[in-house]
Amino acid sequence: MKKYLIILVVAAIAFTGCNQSSKKKSGSTGSDITLTAAGATFPMPFYNQIFSEYQKETGVQITYGGIGSGGGIRSLKDKVVDFGATDAYLSDKQEEEMPAPIVHMPTCMGAVVIAYNLPGIDSIKLDSSLMEGIFMGKITKWNDPLLQANNPGVDFPDMDISVVHRSDGSGTTFIFSDYMSKVSPSWNEQIGRGKSLNWPVGMGAKGNPGVAGTIGQTIGSIGYIGSEYAFAQDISFANLKNSSGKYIKPTAESISAAAKGEIPSDTRVMLTNSNDPQAYPISGFTWIILYKEQNYNGRSKEQAMATLKLLNWVLSPEAQKVTTKIHYSPLPQKAVELAKENLKSVTYDGKPLL
Amino acid sequence: MNGEKITRIILIFAAAIIVLIAGGMAWSLLSGSIPAFKEFGLKFIISTDWNPTEGKEVYGALPFIAGTLLTSILALIICFPMAFSTSLFLGEYFKGKRVAGILGTLVDLLAGIPSIVYGLWGFYVLKPFIVHLGLNQNGLGIFTASLILAIMIIPYATSLSTEIISMVPRELKEAAYSLGATRREMIMNVTLPNASSGIVASYVLSLGRALGETMAVTMLIGNTNVIPKGIFSTGNTMASVIANQFGEAEGLKLSSLIAIGLLLFLITALINYIGKWVMKKLY
Repeated sequence: MKKYLIILVVAAIAFTGCNQSSKKKSGSTGSDITLTAAGATFPMPFYNQIFSEYQKETGVQITYGGIGSGGGIRSLKDKVVDFGATDAYLSDKQEEEMPAPIVHMPTCMGAVVIAYNLPGIDSIKLDSSLMEGIFMGKITKWNDPLLQANNPGVDFPDMDISVVHRSDGSGTTFIFSDYMSKVSPSWNEQIGRGKSLNWPVGMGAKGNPGVAGTIGQTIGSIGYIGSEYAFAQDISFANLKNSSGKYIKPTAESISAAAKGEIPSDTRVMLTNSNDPQAYPISGFTWIILYKEQNYNGRSKEQAMATLKLLNWVLSPEAQKVTTKIHYSPLPQKAVELAKENLKSVTYDGKPLL
Repeated sequence: MNGEKITRIILIFAAAIIVLIAGGMAWSLLSGSIPAFKEFGLKFIISTDWNPTEGKEVYGALPFIAGTLLTSILALIICFPMAFSTSLFLGEYFKGKRVAGILGTLVDLLAGIPSIVYGLWGFYVLKPFIVHLGLNQNGLGIFTASLILAIMIIPYATSLSTEIISMVPRELKEAAYSLGATRREMIMNVTLPNASSGIVASYVLSLGRALGETMAVTMLIGNTNVIPKGIFSTGNTMASVIANQFGEAEGLKLSSLIAIGLLLFLITALINYIGKWVMKKLY
């Protein structure tokens, strides 16, 4: 028995030894820098993809933990990560609660699509009053005259509408409820906006896969799903009427169009109900957040530099090109420029890094 | 140091760790839930409001307490006929036979299936079946969740009951036969009275398991934070709301979720206590 144990220990040491030497080899170009980040789950597939590409090119190791936007903010606050990621920008109050000034940098765009399950009906059109009616439980039948009037030629069944929403706290719910609050006064008053809501109707399912699965399994259901997940599924979704009165299908182009209007220089803005005539109305940024002064917790200048280089690369055309391949939408040029400006304001010992 | 002493120290150490873990859990639940109880008082337990919107925050645990008790008790009722007859089959009628061995193994295997698998099976097989039966339009709700829970607790109730039933002394049974009792009469008058407290214990244990089940219930109950209107409507349970909302919760909401955890802890303890009391009464 003892003999085997010794062999095992020796093997283990040998194995970790190999591992280390191989790590050194691959990291020969970018030294041994490891970057740690955590936050939103929505952009996680995008980050995983581009971070692994970056790692291949430069040897900088990057780990990203998808622990939710709230967790991302908390991790940055506790200074256990190099940068955090969040789907909702920090409010003035939240920024005040952080130990030091932070910088927001949008990385890509996404949207919330309204998915439904009505066999044989490929496309429906919804305006804000129908959305309010359905998601507040005022319209309960698919063959409701209001729905019918807005969709001439569509043969709606005589069926109850089953609303499906998120049961867990989520940035998807936040963007959806932000849009609803902007377009519907009674929604704003009775329900409001938040990561989880007090729903008057419907049933909850966990995560985008849960909502998509429940809709896929339930004829007569309707719900909201993050576009990055919905686009990868064989699922029908509604065209929504935007603020210019046009019915817009959610696509990479119509989602990006939402950021073509005025954006404040710190990029802290909800893009829902955009006034661009081509914009899909429930679109939004997702952000990476980092400290403006990078010399904290004894971080080295190399570490800070590596962080900034990576984030600058995320804004490059090469990285932005990846978005559409995996069902996200790229930042429009103007947003990229603003994001770069914000990155340039990041300092180490008071001196700009980029 | 001799072996006796070492054994003694190891046992005391192990027991102390259990006390430490249970005490630590109770303490962190208590301290975490203080803000919620401070804000809402005991109304937290009887309030049906659950509004996480900023500025209008109100939390009440009653919908979840109701959902938890309803699903667990319904699951116990559904599980009882199946688990009870299976345990008689295994512990009495076919005791020691090959068929009992195979069936017993199968029942034990049910306990080893991860709850997410039960949830998925419920979602893709049971839910469409409920819709097909026309019980409700979307197939999700208290009843569907209870059915899955019932299947999940069968192995716990069955294995324990089987053990207890097969432990009834042979002499007693033979005495009954010698008085001219049939097999059924013997079971009713000798086996069951003898095993009753153990059988009750096995169902109490199963109920405890049903109270805390999370994943499979979340997938099937519909997750609506209101008191269910009936067994075919949707609802939510204590464990399920914690699992759903914990990730993005902070402040008062986080404290309310921890308070629900504390209540679940107390309910489970209470049910265990009632179980023990019933067992004592039966003996």
